[in-house]
Amino acid sequence: MSDIQFWTFFFIILTFGLYIFIAWRSRVKETKEFYVASQGVPTIANGAAVAADWMSAASFIGMAGLIAFLGSDGSVYLMGWTGGYVLLALLLAPYLRKWGKFTVPEFVGDRYSESVRIVAAVAAIVVSFTYVVGQMNGGGIVFSRFLGLNLTWGVIVAAAIIFFYAVLGGMKGITYTQVAQYTVLIIAYLIPAVAVAQQTTGIPVPQISYGKILAELDSLSTEFGLHEFTQAFAGRDGGQIDVFLVTASLMLGTAGLPHVIIRFYTTKTVRGARYSAFWALFFISLLYLTAPAVGAFTKLNLLQGVRGATVDQLPAWIETWGATGLVTVADGVDTIETVSNNAASGADLIVNNDILVLASPEIGGLPAPIIGLMAAGGMAAAMSTAAGLLLVISSAASHDLYFRVFKKEGASESQQMLVGRVAMAAAIVIAIFAGINPPAFVAQVVAFAFGLAASTFFPILILGIFWKRANGVGATAGMLTGLVFTATYMIYTLEVFGTGSNDHILGISPEGIGAVAPWSTSSSPSWCRS
Amino acid sequence: MADTAYESTSGGAPPEQDNSWRERYWKKNLRLMIVLLAIWFTVSFGFGVLLIEPLNAIEILGFPLGLWFAQQGSIYTFVILILVYALWMDRIDDEFGVSERNGDGERA
Repeated sequence: MSDIQFWTFFFIILTFGLYIFIAWRSRVKETKEFYVASQGVPTIANGAAVAADWMSAASFIGMAGLIAFLGSDGSVYLMGWTGGYVLLALLLAPYLRKWGKFTVPEFVGDRYSESVRIVAAVAAIVVSFTYVVGQMNGGGIVFSRFLGLNLTWGVIVAAAIIFFYAVLGGMKGITYTQVAQYTVLIIAYLIPAVAVAQQTTGIPVPQISYGKILAELDSLSTEFGLHEFTQAFAGRDGGQIDVFLVTASLMLGTAGLPHVIIRFYTTKTVRGARYSAFWALFFISLLYLTAPAVGAFTKLNLLQGVRGATVDQLPAWIETWGATGLVTVADGVDTIETVSNNAASGADLIVNNDILVLASPEIGGLPAPIIGLMAAGGMAAAMSTAAGLLLVISSAASHDLYFRVFKKEGASESQQMLVGRVAMAAAIVIAIFAGINPPAFVAQVVAFAFGLAASTFFPILILGIFWKRANGVGATAGMLTGLVFTATYMIYTLEVFGTGSNDHILGISPEGIGAVAPWSTSSSPSWCRS
Repeated sequence: MADTAYESTSGGAPPEQDNSWRERYWKKNLRLMIVLLAIWFTVSFGFGVLLIEPLNAIEILGFPLGLWFAQQGSIYTFVILILVYALWMDRIDDEFGVSERNGDGERA
């Protein structure tokens, strides 16, 4: 066993043991505990749980790499996935907490009508499911890379742990394990970032010191055939209008995602919901402010490492990661002259976005324990998000569909509990299969999930809270308009479900269309309103 | 509107019997919300997207200013905005005597 494998096992076993311990301590007996942790979660803990819930495998593993290659335009993710919390805090969280129910479909069902409840429950399941598949797969990748296990076993081990604490503890178990998972993932993210910043610039504050390397990074990037990091609107084809709309769409989607909103039902008071939103964004910002710095430093180290080197002198990490197929050196190349993250670009060195973070300790030459910690952090990010999503799926399936539509009367507390647990278990089993064999269109469908949340949940929640006259017919019509509009444009521009892809209209990418749709949703004809 | 959101304000009796306090409460809440959202929009979409190119001409600690707003400044602002909202709503709640308190009179 190599040093890296030893330390990875060490940290993975340590953290998984911790999660199981917490799960056992917070097992539950009642539905109120199972769905909203008895509304007794302290604000700071709830904030950390929201942060862990929110920061997925994609945030932890993928985002810095994405920003490294997108450069300035990586801001769409940074602003989009944090700015939505301002909307959530000011416009949604306190009011939804005041309403005091268990789930999002429950709010819209009580506020509007039964049919809106069903549409919302189905939408919540679809949105959450597309997400959970990515988490399972991300967790599997971490396992297979660091432990040499195959992906199938990686997914099964991660799912077994989630199964244990989600079925046993419901929202309560999930919340307290998420607090632990947030702690693990943020430490794992910050330590290598601080170490690399110290090594490169002598200032151990990556958020501030990455400014110092931008000029050098720009000139190196140009040398290797990449656009400058600081150049605005160079990373996305659609330019300014696309950056604007994608940012807006991600913000509205963030504020409308059921697995985030549901967390604000768990606080003791309305005031607690306000402060939870603050702590959540505070904890999230620690990672999001660091991500562009990690991207910039790693890209700089990467480019410096391969500059002027012949193929047999390349740094060791290229060979180790080459085994996973995520880094490839083109055949017959003597020295690396061009670098890209796009496999179709024909560059001498192709680097997948996803490995920049996981390989950053190796690229920066940091010791083995840090690499092991990184693996535990990646797993924490994937598992915490998966658990939160599974809770939404099971609560929508049991609480909002089964007991509202099929078995309206006479369900005892223990029956409800049992159905909740069974739904959770079923969701996990399906997620395992989907995580091992992710459907080919998952990447595109995740963009769809955001657009869907932005164009359906966000407008009906806002209108439901702030406009007394919004009614069930209008809400249903609005949600369907938003859904059809968003889906049509996505199917038009993406190769999904076997359809061909067409050019973007006005340069608007499919991720950005969700920001346009709420206007169509909220401007459904006036006869739909009371 | 006010009624929808504040139908049953819990944790303390309203200071007056008539309901005009609700309207005033809601107005204060609304004004705070509009100011904060205006700042939210200006910093993110304004500085970080629409004005990023002219702002990039200014450089601070190696960061072109537009880039700094897009990748750092906007996020700092978001965190502060939510904190200000929570603190200010406490003040408004106190002013109208509707803050949520537990049995000992401390904030719940």
